[in-house]
Amino acid sequence: MERRNLLKVLFAGGAAAALPAAARTKRTAAPDSVGMLFDATACIGCKTCVVACREAAGLPPQAKDGMHDVQTELDGQTKNVIKLWKDEKNPAAFTYVKQQCMHCIDPACVSVCMLGALKKTAGGPVTYDKDTCIGCRYCQVACPFNVPKFEWNSATPQIVKCDLCQARIARGATQPACTEVCPRKAIIYGKREELLREAHRRIDAHPRFYVDKVYGEDELGGTSVLYLASVPFTKLGFPDKGTRSSPSVTESLQHGLYQGMLTPAILYVGLAAAVIRNRKKDKEGDE
Amino acid sequence: MSRAAPMGGRIFTPRFNVLLALGALSCAILLWRFIVGLGPTTGMNDGYPWGIWIAFDVVTGTGIACGGYAMALMVYVFNRGQYHPLVRPALLTTALGYTVAGASVFVDIGRWWNAWKVPSFFWTWNFNSALLEVALCIMSYIMVAWIELSPSFLPKRFVRYLEKALPFLIALGILLPTMHQSSLGSLMMISTKVHPLWHTQLLPLLFLISVIGMGYAGAVLEATVSGRAFRLDPEWHLLAKIGKAVSFCFIAFLGIRIAGLLLNGFPGFGANGMTLLFVAEMALFAVPAWLLLDERRVRDPGQLFVASMLAVLAGAVYRFDVYLVAFDPGSTWHYFPSIPEMLVTIGFVALEIAAYTFIVKVFPILPRPARSNP
Amino acid sequence: MPQRKLIERLEAKGLSRRDFMRTATMAGAALGLAPTFAAEAAQTKRRPSVIWLHFQECTGCTETLLRPSHPDVTEVILETISLDYHETLFAAAGHQIEAALKTAMKENAGKYICVVEGAIPAKDNGIYCKIGGRTALQILDEVAGNAAAVIAIGSCASFGGVAAADPNPTGAAGVPQLFSKKPVVTLPGCPANPYNLLGVVLQFVTYGTLPKLDGLGRPLFAYARTIHEDCPRRAHFDAGRFADRFGDEGHRQGFCLYKLGCKGPVTYANCSLKNFCEIDGAWPIGIGHPCAGCTEKEYAFRTPMFETVPIQRPTPPDTYPPIAVEHPRPSPVAIGFGGAVVGAAIGAGVMTARKLSAEAKNEPGPSKEA
Repeated sequence: MERRNLLKVLFAGGAAAALPAAARTKRTAAPDSVGMLFDATACIGCKTCVVACREAAGLPPQAKDGMHDVQTELDGQTKNVIKLWKDEKNPAAFTYVKQQCMHCIDPACVSVCMLGALKKTAGGPVTYDKDTCIGCRYCQVACPFNVPKFEWNSATPQIVKCDLCQARIARGATQPACTEVCPRKAIIYGKREELLREAHRRIDAHPRFYVDKVYGEDELGGTSVLYLASVPFTKLGFPDKGTRSSPSVTESLQHGLYQGMLTPAILYVGLAAAVIRNRKKDKEGDE
Repeated sequence: MSRAAPMGGRIFTPRFNVLLALGALSCAILLWRFIVGLGPTTGMNDGYPWGIWIAFDVVTGTGIACGGYAMALMVYVFNRGQYHPLVRPALLTTALGYTVAGASVFVDIGRWWNAWKVPSFFWTWNFNSALLEVALCIMSYIMVAWIELSPSFLPKRFVRYLEKALPFLIALGILLPTMHQSSLGSLMMISTKVHPLWHTQLLPLLFLISVIGMGYAGAVLEATVSGRAFRLDPEWHLLAKIGKAVSFCFIAFLGIRIAGLLLNGFPGFGANGMTLLFVAEMALFAVPAWLLLDERRVRDPGQLFVASMLAVLAGAVYRFDVYLVAFDPGSTWHYFPSIPEMLVTIGFVALEIAAYTFIVKVFPILPRPARSNP
Repeated sequence: MPQRKLIERLEAKGLSRRDFMRTATMAGAALGLAPTFAAEAAQTKRRPSVIWLHFQECTGCTETLLRPSHPDVTEVILETISLDYHETLFAAAGHQIEAALKTAMKENAGKYICVVEGAIPAKDNGIYCKIGGRTALQILDEVAGNAAAVIAIGSCASFGGVAAADPNPTGAAGVPQLFSKKPVVTLPGCPANPYNLLGVVLQFVTYGTLPKLDGLGRPLFAYARTIHEDCPRRAHFDAGRFADRFGDEGHRQGFCLYKLGCKGPVTYANCSLKNFCEIDGAWPIGIGHPCAGCTEKEYAFRTPMFETVPIQRPTPPDTYPPIAVEHPRPSPVAIGFGGAVVGAAIGAGVMTARKLSAEAKNEPGPSKEA
């Protein structure tokens, strides 16, 4: 084989391996998958859901400034939090927003988890297995909603996030703790399809009241937790990054690169051949 | 062709002892880290879950250490035999650099007692994860690099057995970095939090090209420093030629990056800090690329050294930017490494240098000097 | 006749002291008066004259006065004051009653209380309501102009009420809109709560003063808070339990009537605190009908009965975290240290470069060539 051709093959293999390949098919929600719908206009900020979540998950109260239990942000001991958005120009205009795992249809965290500690279950929720997790925190890097949190102050840290109360439901509950206790039914639980229909029904019934969008319908590939609000979602901290899930972009690349390890295998064969040939040439040259 | 030989000389020099002390300090800090967790010891937080232990020790560190990879490519694939003496020392840098990277990963992960499951629990492997590929590749490459180096350590009879396998090991030693260095780029592609001037589908290719350049520059630096330390009188002309390879890589990097950005209309470009950083970063690639393109510009060893340093700096800055500076989880999150965190990195680098010094003094790595040692 | 104390007059009528004390205490408490008010009221000998005018009205406000019987509010009022002109309660009519009016006005000029019930038509010089040949406007002007205090009882007298509902063909309006010579106490409501009138009258009779009023002339003791704020069904509202239709399970359980169009959140009145007679629960929401907002000009007879109103929520306190929570900034010491390390590395690099150049200059030779 001519050296030039060999080099061409090697470079082509290497270059092709590094270029993006065709996009993979878009993931959709499983037919009976469950989710939640949060209607920010119905939320009165009572934070009963925050307390219920904390108790259901066995997490301790967050004392702060002499107050008994003040959750300000999702963290290693908070899986659910209520935040307040106020219009700076008009203090009478405000809305509450509940933050927790969005249980994406095509989760970035699941895509990046090396040993599959984070799993997208068929029912919809994204679950976490601490026994498989090595604590690399790639899921934190990947999540567009900044949901997974880490127990930074622990010698045996875990990733902490909402899992739609899987343990509770396994013990017989019919719904997560937060949806069970909400006094205004601002957060409700059910089949994602039905919740989507209900959300659109509400928008159609009160067109000037809601922002004309159900957040999570198709954002970043769609999420199982849907949101309704009377204020633009970007003001409430939701990312505006399009409708393509990040895994759908990267997984096509990974698959393109490593389809059955074919490209690496070809590259390896080419390299080995080149090295052997060159060493033989050297030996011949020496003789 | 000069043959490799141990440099000899006293091992426990004052400089060496300082390096050991720094290494010991980092071990003490790490003991504390394992007891209290990453929070109190590092500046990492939920907004910035990866800090310098990943961005520098692993990503940049392996990049600089890619001298062995780059030189193997040059000598064994492109058959430039004249660079052969430079391969083994570069390979030592590679082996040590990757070992440090591996150690950094181990102290960085939170649930380190599960780490053994990564190479062994193959039924749990998530092939969609670029990090899995990086982890397995780096683990394998550490082994391959040390095995490739082992002829320097092992008695002659074992070396004969290795000789047969060596070409396959060398080929592996070129394949593995190609895979994981480009994957280090794809690692950040999943994140929507990376600034559009850095976030591109070309990340794997850009990381690969820049790391080959960085590797060559690193090899030049390593040859320069060790040459000066052990009075080896390196062949500057050869080194300047390697510098040219750096230049080609960087020019390709600049071209591909700008082309990619042009196609997307330069997203995020405007009168802001990030654009300034982008321009500075590109300049940092362009300057050594220009300097190293013509041998006459780097006729002086000092100039060659500076140009190579700039080249390594360019690659390092690019990696820091992709992983930390252009990573934006929200304006209310902040990260800067804590002092213990920095001391651990410094300690690891110190141990790496100490190990290098020790090994080249005791084992045949560096080429025997042209003139005798006084 | 020597002036008898109020309590003596009432006892003569058969009203027990206990009943009076209870009523007066309740009224006094609502007014925010001293606990001694009831005793003082009992002892008062003053018995002001009241001239009660009727215009565009349904007489509901008078009727509501007559309803309670334990205690008999009418009795109390009628003994507390001297009712010198009342078209419904008087047996007299025609010229006789007009004569009574004239006499009362002459004898008590500047000292009587003028109570107005019903709206006053203002269109076409007010010809749409004439009594004894005179327009309501004229009567109002004359009677109220000579009074010591003017009380507009009911929504019609306060702001026009049902008489002023669209298209308002008679140009009906309330007393404050048409009479500005004196301050007018308005007691809107359809009907007005009789205890509110009792309170105002008792205070005036005992101390000669009128209660504090809001911008619309409504006594603050009765009209400072919305029905929603003090509603007995408020817990259901807060817990999200609503009646969705009349007669459904929620309605039977007594849940909140907000979804049925209750105007409680926007209606200032004290019906939820003091019902309309001595029977507990004798008020609209109490019997299962949403509040119609009858005291409010914007809502009464203007918005559909079963249309929901917006709820004004209180502004939340700052203990809620904002959307973007501020996180700790890195320590300047660490940043300084990092800078120092980087600086040292760069310095070392520069020094090494210089040394390399220097050494190369001192060692010319063949090793430099390939």
